[in-house]
Amino acid sequence: MVKRVVVGAHYGMRDWLAQRLTAVVMVAYSLVLAVVLVRGEPITYSVWRDLFAEGWMRVATLVFAVSLVWHAWVGTRDILMDYIKPDGLRLALQVFTVLLLAGYLGWTIQVLWR
Amino acid sequence: MSSAAAKKLRPKYLNLRALLFEIRLPLPGWISILHRVSGALLVFPFAAWLLYMLDRSLASEQTFQAVKSYLDLRLVKAGGLLFIWAYCHHLCAGVRFLLLDLNRGIELVPARRSSVAVLVVSLALTAFFGARLW
Repeated sequence: MVKRVVVGAHYGMRDWLAQRLTAVVMVAYSLVLAVVLVRGEPITYSVWRDLFAEGWMRVATLVFAVSLVWHAWVGTRDILMDYIKPDGLRLALQVFTVLLLAGYLGWTIQVLWR
Repeated sequence: MSSAAAKKLRPKYLNLRALLFEIRLPLPGWISILHRVSGALLVFPFAAWLLYMLDRSLASEQTFQAVKSYLDLRLVKAGGLLFIWAYCHHLCAGVRFLLLDLNRGIELVPARRSSVAVLVVSLALTAFFGARLW
């Protein structure tokens, strides 16, 4: 078996590990948000706005969004590599995915710091 | 491998009919393929849809109320329920895969048991959050 080193050349190990670490980040954020939604006061506009006005919430949401696009990129790429055989179509779909995910990230930043 | 063996025709059953009716996928297999399906759904359309609703809900008091009444539509609630299921399934199955990566529960019996747990917990969470949505 080839010895694979995370910090070495790009074997795919880095993507594999990144997908798992970003998953853990998103689970943590999900738990916090679920507790806020379930245990807190009823969500009115002022409660909702004040929550996303908090510095920690904005940063946590941004970290979540970055984790999501990274995680989703690895996952989508896996799916495209498994099912889409023609190279040109696969490349086109991968480019589309990158643009979509970059768009999500830009939109998230715009929503958080408007 | 000799070239004769490599060229030997092997039967292939990987068509939709076979996948649906002939191959009996064990439960861990279903958890896995549903993890993939739910992941794809979360990337698109659900991420875009939720981001849109987050955008509107934070823009102003009026747009917040508009999102609230939008969420009262039956079709929207059905979509929301599908999102909740996809999220819960993807999360629960993902935790199981993380444990498998750490060599936890990789024997046949615990692996099957944990796949049942994923199904039960994710459906229970879907029912819980779905009830709050409805």
